[in-house]
Amino acid sequence: MPDVQPLVNGFLSQLKKRKIEGSQATAKQTAEVLRSVISQQRLPHTNQAGALIDAVRAVGEQLIAANPVEIAVGNIVRRVLHIIREEDLSLATDAIAGLGISAGSDDEDDVEQDDHPVLSAAAVAAAARSTLRPPSLQTLLEDMPDSAAVPHTSSSGGESEGKSRSDKGSRGRKLKHDVIEAVNDLIQDISTCHEQIAEQAVEHIHHNEVILTLGSSRTVLEFLCAAKEKKRSFRVFVVEGAPRYQGHVLAKDLAARGLQATVITDSAVFAMISRVNMVIVGAHAVMANGGVIAPVGLNMVALAAQRHAVPFVVLAGSHKLCPLYPHNPEVLLNELRSPSELLDFGEFSDCLDSASGAGSLHVVNPAFDYVPPKLVSLFITDTGGHNPSYMYRLIADYYSADDLVVKGRTTAGS
Amino acid sequence: MEGRRFPRTVIGPKVRQVGFFAPAAPEPSSVEPDPVDSSSPPLLDSPVSNSLSPVMIPPPRHLSERTAAVPVPELGFRRQASGDFIHIGSYNPSVSLLGPLPAGSPSSRVGFGDGELSEESSTAGCFRRSSSGSFPGGGFDMSSLKHPENLVGDNFAMAGELEKPVGGPEKEEEVAKEALHDPLSCLELLKTKTKTTKVERRALQEAQRAAKAASKAEGGKVVAKSNRAAPAKYSKESLQRKGGPPAASPMSTDKKVSDHPFEKEKKKDMPPPRMQFDDKNRVEKAKRRAIVNQTEATNRVELFRHLPQYEYGNQLPDLQLKFFQLDSVHPAVLKVGSFYLAGDILGGNARCIAMLRAFQGAIKDYRTPCDKTLDRDLTAKISSYVSFFTQCRPLSISMGNAIRVLKSRIAKLPPSYSESEAKTTLCSDIDRFINEKIVLADKVIVGHAATKIRDGDIVLTYGSSCVVEMTLLHAFALGKQFRVVLVDSRPKIEGRSLLRRLVAKGLSCTYTHINAISYIMHEVTRVFLGASGVLSNGTVFSRVGTACVAMVAHAFRVPVLICCEAYKFHERVLLDSICSNELGDKEAVARVPGRMDLSSLDNWTSKDNMQILNLMYDATPSDYVSMIVTDYGMVPPTSVPAIVREYGREYSLI
Repeated sequence: MPDVQPLVNGFLSQLKKRKIEGSQATAKQTAEVLRSVISQQRLPHTNQAGALIDAVRAVGEQLIAANPVEIAVGNIVRRVLHIIREEDLSLATDAIAGLGISAGSDDEDDVEQDDHPVLSAAAVAAAARSTLRPPSLQTLLEDMPDSAAVPHTSSSGGESEGKSRSDKGSRGRKLKHDVIEAVNDLIQDISTCHEQIAEQAVEHIHHNEVILTLGSSRTVLEFLCAAKEKKRSFRVFVVEGAPRYQGHVLAKDLAARGLQATVITDSAVFAMISRVNMVIVGAHAVMANGGVIAPVGLNMVALAAQRHAVPFVVLAGSHKLCPLYPHNPEVLLNELRSPSELLDFGEFSDCLDSASGAGSLHVVNPAFDYVPPKLVSLFITDTGGHNPSYMYRLIADYYSADDLVVKGRTTAGS
Repeated sequence: MEGRRFPRTVIGPKVRQVGFFAPAAPEPSSVEPDPVDSSSPPLLDSPVSNSLSPVMIPPPRHLSERTAAVPVPELGFRRQASGDFIHIGSYNPSVSLLGPLPAGSPSSRVGFGDGELSEESSTAGCFRRSSSGSFPGGGFDMSSLKHPENLVGDNFAMAGELEKPVGGPEKEEEVAKEALHDPLSCLELLKTKTKTTKVERRALQEAQRAAKAASKAEGGKVVAKSNRAAPAKYSKESLQRKGGPPAASPMSTDKKVSDHPFEKEKKKDMPPPRMQFDDKNRVEKAKRRAIVNQTEATNRVELFRHLPQYEYGNQLPDLQLKFFQLDSVHPAVLKVGSFYLAGDILGGNARCIAMLRAFQGAIKDYRTPCDKTLDRDLTAKISSYVSFFTQCRPLSISMGNAIRVLKSRIAKLPPSYSESEAKTTLCSDIDRFINEKIVLADKVIVGHAATKIRDGDIVLTYGSSCVVEMTLLHAFALGKQFRVVLVDSRPKIEGRSLLRRLVAKGLSCTYTHINAISYIMHEVTRVFLGASGVLSNGTVFSRVGTACVAMVAHAFRVPVLICCEAYKFHERVLLDSICSNELGDKEAVARVPGRMDLSSLDNWTSKDNMQILNLMYDATPSDYVSMIVTDYGMVPPTSVPAIVREYGREYSLI
């Protein structure tokens, strides 16, 4: 544990100072930090999963608090918790199955040899669970009180306690190993998600299309370029995105890759949207209700697109899917940046403190915008296209209901 | 973060108190609009107090307050403040921005220095005056004559600006030189030539009319086309008409036809079509005539081929170099044109006033050529100035309307008037137009709009509109407690100067950029916007971004009030912002001042598939607009065509 602390602290300070930009980079680093936390964690003989969960949750809580606006951190923490639970569950079911057939069948060297099926143990477990219990109201009703009533640590702990009697040492190492493999898988997923999203580009972009985009998203860039590589010729209007001017970078990259890029000012969005066939944007985070936390200005674009019946497509990797429902997201999930991006430093500094007199001056420079789900036509994630109303279900595949509140239980306990 | 936001019950969630609701006035009569009331005379200072109209607004509730308190203090402030900085984007009713023509104006940011300019223009003026004084025939503009021989006169005036006619350029040149040496002989020559020309022209006119009647009988399509094309050509091409056999050039015949009074009456109802810049032939033609050297921009945006897309930056020095060659352009006009080109005069009102003042100066120095009538020649001259202005920057709707009024005034001058009488009448007409349609209209609008600001309001405005600014200052002077949210956008960061002025006056302000509009709109209770023009389908044509602001306000159920003088109403219709617009400097978008870290767009012109679009205007659909505050009262956007109809005629009657 002490070995990990400097790593965690370094990441924490980076998050606090907003040194890490972009949810993909943040998600990846979070997963890496958590992986090292897991690998350093010493496991007790009993209740191993519970110990892992507690360790991850303790670190995750710090990470989330460091930058509550960077939702990807919380998403990854929850994903890792979910992975631990799934691995634990699959081991438990394997153990049950193994008890019936042969007790020593699933020792570790066996796992080492054919790691291919084990790599996706979480997926296997999820699949197994869903085949066991197909999603219906009945299973939901049966499921809910079970997980809600029994505290998870004790339930999984109870299970593992019961089973771990037989093979303590090997199972402890195996759980950790499986979890780390699954986290590696997750990191892999995060870094390749835009490829999977980009594969779907041809299905959505046709010839001579006019596309508008805002913000600088790697996913959007890859998406558009993938369509370009399939010999589709289209033009892209890039909104510059005023105080940060990420559109300039995106336009340059697009032009460098041979796409027809036109930079427009933010104010010209409404004027140009009537000639646009599709709005394709990246997101900062996607909430469970299908709302999008996005670079500032996107709500305006979405409203304009709705007015002109232009499809508004959001590209989001699965690490951006957040299992929480937003409340007052314009304020609570937002961040106000420095006024110096809007006004020159010192120009109005005498008015900026409102105590000085009647003529007070506030400068508002938010970083994010919230786009309500009714303005979004389609989400394209690495698993395919989805309606905003389906987001809650998609999210249920990645997170377990017990982890939704990472902070709550520990703060209540401590 | 949470505390910053107050509950939206400030305005009541869904009750929109717009229209004739007067929050400050306790009188019950003011709350509901009374249709009977509308027939009673409105504002005393309104120029239309005697006309009845279905769109007439009930009389103001607090007449005394409005007429008395209308922004005299603001004017004082503005006058005082204008010494310190330039009012870009806001005109200044009391300060003579362009009053005395060659005198130093506050806008000293033009390429050439102020004193220099005044010196130059005054010397040029002197030169003109002396030459025309000693030689009455030399000063007149012969542009309305069409014979190739008349290029003598044109050459005399333009010093070889034109391309030579096909006939014999050397000879013409010689004649021109001769004419310079011997004014009297030139005059003789011209006189004889003009006579023959007149005869010829009349014959030709008859022939053309007959031909036109015939073609009208068979189809009428061609005629309609040529008719439509006529006015634009007329205004653009009278400056330097290409010489050549008159029968071969359709535009000259068109011009004659449009000179005809009946045709003119008919045509006046129809707005002239704008020049379409994707028409190669016409662009070529216009280019040859152009005074201002415009180089076509590289990396043009495909969607906007029909609009002029020029490189910026090199026209102004170019125009200065030509200063002494441009005898056809009055120095006052040239000065204002260079201001347009440099972007030192911004805003519909300021541009319109500057233009009218320049015309005033030109009319004062105008002499009718001995063989012409004042109305025709002066109209042609004004048209030539207008085309010069158009080359400097496309006309705004306000300028177009003012030009129309001026031309109709010239056409309606009684023939019995002497030249000096006509000139003083026109000058006082221009004064009256500026005073009634702009200055007084603004006072009325400010009075109306200020009643819509209540205590505790959060008023949002976008960009920098002079009427909105006066409204805010007026409401502040009335002691209302409100906060102003200023939304700004690139590349013209107009709002910053407005912010400076408002903060200096002690108003509480919040400043943000247009992307954050949906963040800030939660707390806003009123949106006040200026407009460059209001079209007769209720579309508001205004600075780019206005539509975005209005759209977000509409989505958040915040009332949008457009402050616009009625002289900016136009009978054209517009559905989108693409067909008719103006493109600004692209470099202004690529460069972000003060941000050294942004270098992505440094060499964007070198990339073939990279374009930058800098739109200047956009069209706000009428359903986003709650009401339009004009000098005729507060009207819904659906009433714009009624106002255009009822009061459009009145322009020519004032």
